Amino acid sequence: MTMLVHVDIVSAEKEIFSGLAEMVFAPAELGEVGISPRHAPLITKLNPGEVRVKISSTESYSFFISGGLLEVQPHVVSVLANTAIRAKDIDEAAALEAKMRAEEILADKTSRVDYATAENDLFQAVMQLRTLERFRKRGG
Amino acid sequence: MAVGKEIRTKISSIKNTQKITRAMEMVAASKMRKTKDRMLATRPYSKKIAKIIKHLAHANPEYKHSFLVKRDVKRVGVIAISSDRGLCGGLNSNLFRKVLTQLKHWDSAGIEVDVCTVGSKAYGFFGGLKKIKVTGHVAKLGDTPHLSDIIGVIKLMLDAYMQGEIDELHLVSNGFVNTMTQHPTIDQLLPIVPSELDEQLSSRHWDYIYEPDAKEVLDHLLTRYVESIVYQGLVENNACEQAARMVAMKSASDNAGNLIKELQLIYNKARQAAITQEISEIVAGAAAV
Repeated sequence: MTMLVHVDIVSAEKEIFSGLAEMVFAPAELGEVGISPRHAPLITKLNPGEVRVKISSTESYSFFISGGLLEVQPHVVSVLANTAIRAKDIDEAAALEAKMRAEEILADKTSRVDYATAENDLFQAVMQLRTLERFRKRGG
Repeated sequence: MAVGKEIRTKISSIKNTQKITRAMEMVAASKMRKTKDRMLATRPYSKKIAKIIKHLAHANPEYKHSFLVKRDVKRVGVIAISSDRGLCGGLNSNLFRKVLTQLKHWDSAGIEVDVCTVGSKAYGFFGGLKKIKVTGHVAKLGDTPHLSDIIGVIKLMLDAYMQGEIDELHLVSNGFVNTMTQHPTIDQLLPIVPSELDEQLSSRHWDYIYEPDAKEVLDHLLTRYVESIVYQGLVENNACEQAARMVAMKSASDNAGNLIKELQLIYNKARQAAITQEISEIVAGAAAV
């Protein structure tokens, strides 16, 4: 039997996922990490992006998170997301619209807006779309 | 018939009051459901982060964050959460009574106290106390408080802690047990104390791998931890407020009902007495003729 690790994904609003998995992939700040069971204890910040939980060789779940923290204990992996959405729940239209809006704001140098916020919004929207794209490519 | 006019006006005024309390009860009941859902929704996150912090307290990090190091206590900071409005039974007064005992305890130990208040009632209470400095205050957060609303007061306290102005940070709020019971609590937030020893974790010497580096990650994590605990306290206190108000208003409506019953009885008796008297007067008059 393959070894499994317990994975908990919680966002500030609710519990998103809890269960056993073979491997977890997460967008850590220094690059994407893959966590197998019995990984050494690790704490790292997460960038916005996709967290993928591989349940078995055929089954895996994707989530979009907008940044957060990852804690690894040998048999428990916890993802504390600021916000998290299941990949199939990502609203493509909404993400595209958010991307357009952010780009517009960034392009319009005359208006007095918070560029950091707009840039962050754009990044979020792009990452959401990318997560969705990858999710579709895998045929999920 | 002019009998018992005062009683009748009194009854109708009580009936009006009863209408108000009943309406408030129903409003509180529906709000309680919402605030309770919100409280339960954010619980997994704060539980999880508390668990991570517990692990961390058992680790042996090279970089000792000041949140994890115990100091001699000369001055403590308190974040006190209360409701904005009254009419919620003994919720706030129970909490403040508990705080007073703790304050006396600190006072006798020569420890000074700084307070940041969340909610108008707490401000009213701590503002009136001598020897206590209210360093920050936020109120009128409504039924859907946002984390960004309370980040200011939290930052104030965390900065004070980092600069060594306060040596401990406590959170005062109501814990939600169930609709009928709310429990006033005083929790120590900082420094973080490793709770009951976990054999597996403390038996060997270990530390996390930190990415990108320990200082940055721990700063972020510990700040998030305090924020999430205080926020959880706030939403929990909100649920408590609505539950307590619902119960208080229910008992007020019931009391009004009893009062109306008693007054109605008195009124009926008085009216009957008046009728009897009138009849006997008429009869006596007829007999005289």
